[in-house]
Amino acid sequence: MSTTSTKDHAELAGQFNADEQRVDWHDETLWWIRQKRDKAVNQFPEWELLRETGSKIKEHTLSNLGNYLESFEANALANGVTVHWAAGAKEHNEIVHQIIKKHGVNRMVKSKSMLTEECHLNEYLAENGIEVIDSDLGERIVQLAKEPPSHIVLPCIHKKKEEIGDLFHEHLGTPAGVSDPQILTETARQHLREVFLTRKIALTGVNFAVAETGEFVVCTNEGNADMGAHLSEVHIASMGIEKIIPKREHLGVFLRLLTRSATGQPITTYSSHYKKPRPGQEIHIVIVDNGRSVQLGRKDFRNSLKCIRCGACMNTCPVYRRSGGHSYHNAISGPIGSILAPNLDMEKYADLPFASTLCGSCSNVCPVKIDIHDQLYKWRQVIVKAGYTTKAKSAGMKMMQWTLSSPGIYHVAGKAGRIVMKYAPFAVNNGLNPWYKQRDMPKPPAESFDEWYKKNRGKK
Amino acid sequence: MSSRGKILSAIRANQPALTTMPDVESLKAYGNKENLLTQYTTVATNIGAKVYEVKSLDEVKTIIQNNFGAGKRIISTIAELSDIADTKEYLGSLPVQLADVELAVLQSDLAVAENGAIWITEDQMGQRVLPFITQHLAVLVKAKNIVATMHDAYNIIGISTQGFGAFIAGPSKTADIEQSLVIGAHGPRSMSLFLLDD
Repeated sequence: MSTTSTKDHAELAGQFNADEQRVDWHDETLWWIRQKRDKAVNQFPEWELLRETGSKIKEHTLSNLGNYLESFEANALANGVTVHWAAGAKEHNEIVHQIIKKHGVNRMVKSKSMLTEECHLNEYLAENGIEVIDSDLGERIVQLAKEPPSHIVLPCIHKKKEEIGDLFHEHLGTPAGVSDPQILTETARQHLREVFLTRKIALTGVNFAVAETGEFVVCTNEGNADMGAHLSEVHIASMGIEKIIPKREHLGVFLRLLTRSATGQPITTYSSHYKKPRPGQEIHIVIVDNGRSVQLGRKDFRNSLKCIRCGACMNTCPVYRRSGGHSYHNAISGPIGSILAPNLDMEKYADLPFASTLCGSCSNVCPVKIDIHDQLYKWRQVIVKAGYTTKAKSAGMKMMQWTLSSPGIYHVAGKAGRIVMKYAPFAVNNGLNPWYKQRDMPKPPAESFDEWYKKNRGKK
Repeated sequence: MSSRGKILSAIRANQPALTTMPDVESLKAYGNKENLLTQYTTVATNIGAKVYEVKSLDEVKTIIQNNFGAGKRIISTIAELSDIADTKEYLGSLPVQLADVELAVLQSDLAVAENGAIWITEDQMGQRVLPFITQHLAVLVKAKNIVATMHDAYNIIGISTQGFGAFIAGPSKTADIEQSLVIGAHGPRSMSLFLLDD
C-alpha cells in the first residue's frame, strides 16, 4: 500500500506462509469442510432450485428494502421490542453503551456477531470500562489470544490445539500441556456457564430478521446465544439492514441452505426464533447501516448484500486456504470480505480484490449465487481507476499494457523472457520477484506458439 | 434528520427497481414423503441424538429411570410424568435457578425428517432457558408429526403468535478446536428423542 501504514494481503500472507506445515494443515482442514458441504448438498435434486430461490428472495428484498425494514420495525414494536437505528459503527456502539449504562452494569456476555467485529464494539466498550466476554468457543479462544476471528463461522480455524491448550493454561487454569479438545471444551463450558449465570445483559447477532412477524432468528451449534439471552434481563440484538427477509416461510429456504453450505450439517443445533421478550425482560434490536445503503447503490456490487455469512466461499478459496483469514485485515475475510471491504474504505482495502485467482469457485458454492469472482474483477477496475493501487502494480500494469498493445514488442519481450529463464533463471528466481515467493517459476517453453506455427504450418 | 430517516431515505434512493417475490411453493413438492420415521431416525442419530420408538408414556418413564440416576433434578412439561419429574414447581423458579437441572423432558408437535430437528415453542418449554440449560434433554414427539422438509414444517408453523420458538437438532456441540467434534458445548450433553407411535 502506498499511503497507509497497515500491511497488505501479500505481506500478511507471507507471514502466514513462513510456516509451511501449518499452511498445508490449514489448507487441508478447510478443503475437508468444503468436501463435507459437497456431500451434504449433493443429496438434494432441488439444491440448485433452493439456491436460485434464495438468491431471488434476497434480490427482491433488496429491491424493496425500505418498506420491509419499516414493516419489520412496526411488527417488532408491536411485539414489545425496542428498535434502534444506527447510521454507522460509532452510533451502534454508543447505542449499546447507553443501554448498558442505563442498567447500571459494567459487563456483558456476547454471542457471535460479525457486525460487532466490524464495528469494533468490544474495544469501544473496553475503553468505556465495560467488560465483554465472547461466548462462542472459537471466539472466546481468539479473544483470550487478543486476536480477531480469522473465519466468520470457524473463528479460530488458524489455531492448533496445543496453542489453545497454552491459552487455557494461562487464563482458565488447565494443567500445562493439556490439548485434548474434549477437556478444553469442558473447561470452557464450566467457565462460560458461570458467565451466563451472572450477566444481566446479553448481546447476540441476527441471522435472519422476518419483516412479516418482527422476529429474528439466531443460529448456533453450541447454544451460547440462547444461554446468554434467556438468562439475561436485557437482550440486545445487532443486525445489518441486509438481514431482512420478507416472510417466515422464507426461513425454510435459508435454514436449508445455511448450514449445509457452511459445514455440511443439515441444520444448526439451535435455530431460535425471538419474537417477544419474556415477562420482565427487555429486547433491543439495533439496525445498522454502516455503508450498506451505499453498497446498495453500487449496481455492480449490491449483490454482495445477499450474503448469509455461511463462509463457503472461504473454505473453497485457494487463496484463503493458503493465506489465512488474518491476511485480509478485515472483520470479514476471504472472497466475500474482499468485495464488502472496499465499500467501507476503498483505499485501506484496495489490496483485497487482488487477493484472488478469479477461479470462480466462490461463486459456484455461494448459496445465494453472489457473483463473487466477477465482483472481485470489477472492484480491481474501480480501484485502479480511483488510483489506489501500489506504484509497483501501476507500473507493472502500464508495462503490460505497452507490451500487449504492439505485436512487435510482444514478440521481442517473449523471446527475451524465454532466453532469460533458460540461461539466467537466477535473474527471476529470487526474492525480488514476488511471484517466486512460495512458488517455482514455470519451465519456459523452447519457442513461442507463433514461432512453432511459422515453422510447422506457416509454409503451407 | 434522525438516523432512521437518513438510513431509510438512503436505502430508497439506492435500492434497485422492484423485482417480484419468488414463489416457494414449487420447493414443497421435493423431499421424500415416504418412510418419514426411518428417515428421521437416521438423520437424528447421525447428528448425535438417541432415538427411541415408544408405544406409551410408561415406556418413556422406564427408559428415563434406567438412563438417568435417581436424586437428580428432573423437570417435565408433560403432566403424566409427575411421578418421575417436577411438572409444576419449577415454573416459579428464576431462569438462573434452573442451572442444576439434570434432565428436562419436553413435548413437541413437529419433527423434520431432512435434518433431525424438532420444533418447540415457549409454552412447550415451560421456561425459555430450560431446553438449553439442562444437562440432558429429552423430547417426546408423535411419529405421525414428522414432516419431510423445512418447507412442510413452516407450512404447519404458519406465523403463530408465540413469543419464542426454536428448532433443536441434537445435543449442543462444537468443533471449534481443530474441527474435532465435541458433544456438550454450552447446552445439553445429550438429546433423547421419544417417537411415540399411538
